[in-house]
Amino acid sequence: MELLATRARDYRPPTWLAILRGLLGPTIVVLLAVVLQRYSKSLFADEYRVWDDVLLKVGVNVILAVSLNIVNGYTGQFSIGHAGFMAVGGYTAAFLSYYGSFALWGDTMPHGGFLSCVSEPAEFVGRFADTGDAWFLLVLLAAGLAAALAGVVVGLPSIRLRGDYLAIVTLGFGEIVRVLLDSTEGTLSAEEIPEHSWASRAHYLGGPMGFFGQPFYTTHFWVWLFAGVTILTAYRLKASTFGRAFLAIRENEVAAQSIGVSTTSYKVYAFVISAFFAGIAGALYAHQLGNALAPSELCYQKSFDVIIMVVIGGMGSITGSILGAVLVTALPEWLRQPTHVWHVGLAMILVALAFSRFRVSRTVVLMALLTAALELMRFLSLHYEVNLERYRMILYALSLIAFMLLRPQGFFGVYEAWDAVRFWRLRPRGKTAAVGATP
Amino acid sequence: MSSPVPHDMRSSESLKFPKNWSSKPRVWDRLMSHVAARRGLAIMAVVATLAGCGESNSNTPATPGTPAAPAAPSMTPDAPKVPAAPAQGDAAKATDGTKKDDADAKGDTIKVGHYASMTGSEATFGQTTEDGVRLALEEINAAGGVRGKKLEVITYDTQSNAQGASSAVTRLITQDKVVALLGEVASTRSIAGGQVAQQLGIPMVSPSSTNPKVTQIGPMIFRVCFIDPFQGTVMAKFSSENLKLTKVAVLYDKSQAYSTGLNDFFQQAFKKLGGTITTVQTYKGGDPDFSAQLTTIRDSGAEAIYIPGYYNEIASIALQARKLGIKSPLMGGDGWESPKLMEIAGESVEGCYYSNHYAPEDERPEVKTFVEKYKAKHKGEVPGALSACGYDAAKILADAMGRAKSLSGKDIAAALAETKDFKGVSGNITIDAQRNANKSAVVLQIKGGKPIFVASVDPL
Repeated sequence: MELLATRARDYRPPTWLAILRGLLGPTIVVLLAVVLQRYSKSLFADEYRVWDDVLLKVGVNVILAVSLNIVNGYTGQFSIGHAGFMAVGGYTAAFLSYYGSFALWGDTMPHGGFLSCVSEPAEFVGRFADTGDAWFLLVLLAAGLAAALAGVVVGLPSIRLRGDYLAIVTLGFGEIVRVLLDSTEGTLSAEEIPEHSWASRAHYLGGPMGFFGQPFYTTHFWVWLFAGVTILTAYRLKASTFGRAFLAIRENEVAAQSIGVSTTSYKVYAFVISAFFAGIAGALYAHQLGNALAPSELCYQKSFDVIIMVVIGGMGSITGSILGAVLVTALPEWLRQPTHVWHVGLAMILVALAFSRFRVSRTVVLMALLTAALELMRFLSLHYEVNLERYRMILYALSLIAFMLLRPQGFFGVYEAWDAVRFWRLRPRGKTAAVGATP
Repeated sequence: MSSPVPHDMRSSESLKFPKNWSSKPRVWDRLMSHVAARRGLAIMAVVATLAGCGESNSNTPATPGTPAAPAAPSMTPDAPKVPAAPAQGDAAKATDGTKKDDADAKGDTIKVGHYASMTGSEATFGQTTEDGVRLALEEINAAGGVRGKKLEVITYDTQSNAQGASSAVTRLITQDKVVALLGEVASTRSIAGGQVAQQLGIPMVSPSSTNPKVTQIGPMIFRVCFIDPFQGTVMAKFSSENLKLTKVAVLYDKSQAYSTGLNDFFQQAFKKLGGTITTVQTYKGGDPDFSAQLTTIRDSGAEAIYIPGYYNEIASIALQARKLGIKSPLMGGDGWESPKLMEIAGESVEGCYYSNHYAPEDERPEVKTFVEKYKAKHKGEVPGALSACGYDAAKILADAMGRAKSLSGKDIAAALAETKDFKGVSGNITIDAQRNANKSAVVLQIKGGKPIFVASVDPL
């Protein structure tokens, strides 16, 4: 035992290096978010605003897909109530920012500085703590916590369930949230608010019509900051003892229990972590210009959309979930007015090639076919005046079916994009094969 | 140094490093190994793809990531973006590589956007509205267009969801450079799209979103239909004054804002007119069975039942009500408007009443010509209310654009706000200070499987 401990100490990096390395990820995420916010105005000028809008929606969906992947991909549980957590977070946030804005400033205009302004950068109003930016950060965290609490509520009773039964419970949770929100009343106006106490205001969440009137705080900074944080958390989980317990449960629950993993508590942890980020995604969704925070928009259909993202990318893969989110969000939008995609296709082919050590694998062929098909559709729509816009949902569904038939484990399977390097290293070419390689 | 344990998470099965990461070798893999005996082949394929695409890329520089145009001033609500001058608009259009570029280059069209649910759960709403808009467009262009230019309507689908609506609106305004918008039937989606239109300073006319909140978004959002309070009030007035009813039961869909809104205002007005509501029952869209609610209603002794829902549930409610021996007439709102209702419910909805935007039997000349033209174009099909509203919306917008000082968002909005006594198919429309349409509603009765015009009820 002593020998093992000594050896482990030898491999451990010095403390200062460990801290520096730990800070590397968050720093990159914050820097990227700031840069994106600073330059998105010029990057998405004029007609490119369409993609500006799509990028925001992609960001929210990335958070949703990566967080659902923690439950569905890592832990191997099947949750179809992700939109429920999103709704809990979204409505908590909308409640706080709508009624809170009235209490703080007397209106519901955005009081943001540099970080949260949709159109024109307003100048800072006093200290950061006085701006809407600070308030929105608090609102986001509160939304995450509220959803995490809902995660405990769902996780605890369902620890004895697995498979289809768990799926039904989570579906039921999503529906309960929707029905509860349906039964609320329309939001209060500025004159009506003083007549109601804070507790009774919770009854005025917009009802079936949806919660409207909250300020539009969601910007590239907030979306991609939290998307980065979610990805980073998922990545660290996958490489940590804590997260490997999730993977152990997925691979074999009994075996995991036999080596001392408390499967019940780890399942609840997975739900709570996943719900926290879903809540934040809901809050970002609620404050984005052009979104409707309505129960009908956050019903099981939304949950299935997120599941599609995770399954397309590959259950258990972070990069897969990101890719799935991008595809599912951008593809229907792209089909409205197709532009060239060969560069995207080429990038995908290169990634697939890297995986297969620069041989033509099934995935490479699939990617090439997909790119060719999309380019063909563009060609047809331009030169034969085929109205793709009208048929795009059919095309979208067809491409999903084709993808699932040709690659049922999703684009990345359980692997990550960066695993490609390791594949390359571990599988030497030719017949001098490594561990158990098939010829 | 880092820990010697690799940080990869292979599942136990794949630790054997199979050739393909997913599964055991199959026929396909054997085939592929023949094809890809050498790495060079794959690299050649990549080079070929690159070369091929390089050629086809030469004439179309537009890709989302690499803006070719210089940064334009960003848009604010206070300073609405002035719609692009023809030349600028064409430059943007050209980047899409559309074939119609040559026609547009002369700048002889004015673009108007229409976003509608062409697919999804409420696809019929979008499609029938689109029919009306297209008919109006043909008429306007045949009469010489607007300001000497032809009008062009670009229609985008919203997939029957709010995110689709705001995406469509963003694209219409920023990429297609439309000067004004027509759209959405469902109120939730009109609000989602309207928020974007208001933010970017482009006027929007909703053909048939009846929820009051839609036009409350801001000064750029208009509508050409009446609002829910009015429709609820109309039916209360009609049942109390024309039908002389005193006891009415209410059954409404509590998951639909439309239904709850109509219910609220019906009850309010009916009680004010001296009637009593015997019982209030609720259901949820998609429910298959209504016998519990209907039995309570039957036992409450109501002379009529007010059901402000959508046609698919109304049909099953009517069938079940007749089965339970309820003979009193049912009443509803414009959500009943669909030939499907008579198809499914048949005899069960005979003699029932509903309020609507217009009646095809109306004797006014505008209605007659509209119905004739629509029938000629659609193989004798009688136009529905949504088509009439879409037609009116397009006509009113074109009229306002003709009167406006310029085609900037602000000027069109100002002209729209001045619309007075416009002789539309769905009545004489005046836009009031809240940007809602002030006009009359009609009450129809279903007779012989067809809605028959009964009365026209004026605004209070």
